[in-house]
Amino acid sequence: MSGPSTARVAFGAYVGLVLAFLILPFLIILPMSFSGTRFLTFPPPSFSLRWYQEYFGSETWMNATAISAIIALLTVFIATPIGVAAAYGIANGRGRLMRVAHVTLMLPLVVPIVILAIGIFFVFAKLKLLATLPGLVLANVMLGLPFVVTAVVAGLQSFDMTQEMVARSLGMNRFRSFMAVTLPQIRTSVASGAIFAFISAMDETIIAIFISGGQYQPLTKRMFTSLRDEIDPTIAAISTLLTATSFLLVLLATSRRK
Amino acid sequence: MAQSATGQDDGEQRLMLLLAVPALLVVSALVLLPLAWLVGQSFWDNGLSFAHYQRVFSEAVYWRSFGLTFRIAALVTIACLLLGYPVAYAAAMAERPWKALILALIVLPFWTSVLVRAYAWLVLLQRTGVVNQMLERVGLISEPLALAHNEFGATLATVHILLPFMVLPIYAAIEKIPPDLMQAAASLGGGPAYAFRRVFLPLSMPGVISGMTLVFILTLGFYITPELLGGGRVVMVSMVVSRNVELYQQWGAASAVGVVLLLIVAAIFYAVSRVVSFDRILGDK
Repeated sequence: MSGPSTARVAFGAYVGLVLAFLILPFLIILPMSFSGTRFLTFPPPSFSLRWYQEYFGSETWMNATAISAIIALLTVFIATPIGVAAAYGIANGRGRLMRVAHVTLMLPLVVPIVILAIGIFFVFAKLKLLATLPGLVLANVMLGLPFVVTAVVAGLQSFDMTQEMVARSLGMNRFRSFMAVTLPQIRTSVASGAIFAFISAMDETIIAIFISGGQYQPLTKRMFTSLRDEIDPTIAAISTLLTATSFLLVLLATSRRK
Repeated sequence: MAQSATGQDDGEQRLMLLLAVPALLVVSALVLLPLAWLVGQSFWDNGLSFAHYQRVFSEAVYWRSFGLTFRIAALVTIACLLLGYPVAYAAAMAERPWKALILALIVLPFWTSVLVRAYAWLVLLQRTGVVNQMLERVGLISEPLALAHNEFGATLATVHILLPFMVLPIYAAIEKIPPDLMQAAASLGGGPAYAFRRVFLPLSMPGVISGMTLVFILTLGFYITPELLGGGRVVMVSMVVSRNVELYQQWGAASAVGVVLLLIVAAIFYAVSRVVSFDRILGDK
């Protein structure tokens, strides 16, 4: 093979352009969030922290952020244990029923969310769960479960189950041997599942648009409503903070994987 | 002896199933029950009735919306494939530090809020937005182009959001192709283009099919980008559903449209699962 041909250079340039397209929005949001003006001129004529001050100074935005954080934390606390239990069952179970269970738990990923949102709206209206915290948490647990299950099933597949058997043959009961032997070895999978469930809950917008209201409106719903009306640079500040948080969490979730 | 072993095994299997029950309950209550409700509601109009479906299939608004949604989904899928395949190829072939960089750039947007990205595209594409400003400064245009608040803006933002869903399955499929296969093809006298077409491309097909399925199906249900970047003119199916609920309180019609969309998605999944396994479509993310 000869050195870099024109075809290779063209190919490299094409790939570079696509990658630039992928990160372009982030390159725009960051400077916009420090803009000194309300107008969307780019690059901004002057820089300031006013949109961050706007965000941290607004009771509405702060409340919405707190609601989002509470929902995401509660989601993780519920989705992680039941997701790990289900993943353990799926990884060690056999048969048709178990396959059906696995596919069922993946459904939240494939059913169009708008359809789910409307259906959940109907059900919650009957159960008086509309515009409540438990309603929002439940919906996010459902959406987060596939992430926990997928991560933990993958973790368990590379774990040698005989280790747990040994612990049990030495007299530990099943739960204790799981906690003492298995869990420490799959903890990175559990952690990444939990982190992805957290991010998914922080990010969830569509169901919140339909079922949240009153004082329980998460950040994403407020952002959506605000974006529909006008483009407020405060959103750029919030976006920058949200993106930074996501990245830190993803780094945490992936860097500890050995 | 044998019987007690199978008895124990049955007990073990029952325990495993039991462990999955809490998660299954949540998904049943929040996926299966709402969907069942939706189906029920779609057949209900002061009694059992097909009225909602008759409306959905007879009124032009619905046909137009389904047509538009399919067109956008097809466009987005093709655009993602054309943009995504070379990137997946480059990621799979690149040496260590480059590989990590390319993969990071692909996954970077994956875990960022869809809202954040919709906002960024609004800033970029609107009349006084970054793209128009740049083009005017350079002198390429004298009038701002209509890039946002239309189908173009909605489609572009959707392509951006779904591109990683195309790249990652293709990347996973290419990674599995043994590198010496291409050398073998070359040593047997096939030119690089021939080897690529006859050996490489067919072997990466499962990834391509998974990616295309995911992107197409996800676009069918897309809501946020058409709503925010479509300027009210790009009424995709998901928006018909939500407007029927929010503006017109037409629960039955909304449910019927939802059920039709759901059936389309299920049919596509079923058709594709005959070629590529279900796990593969979802698993190679």
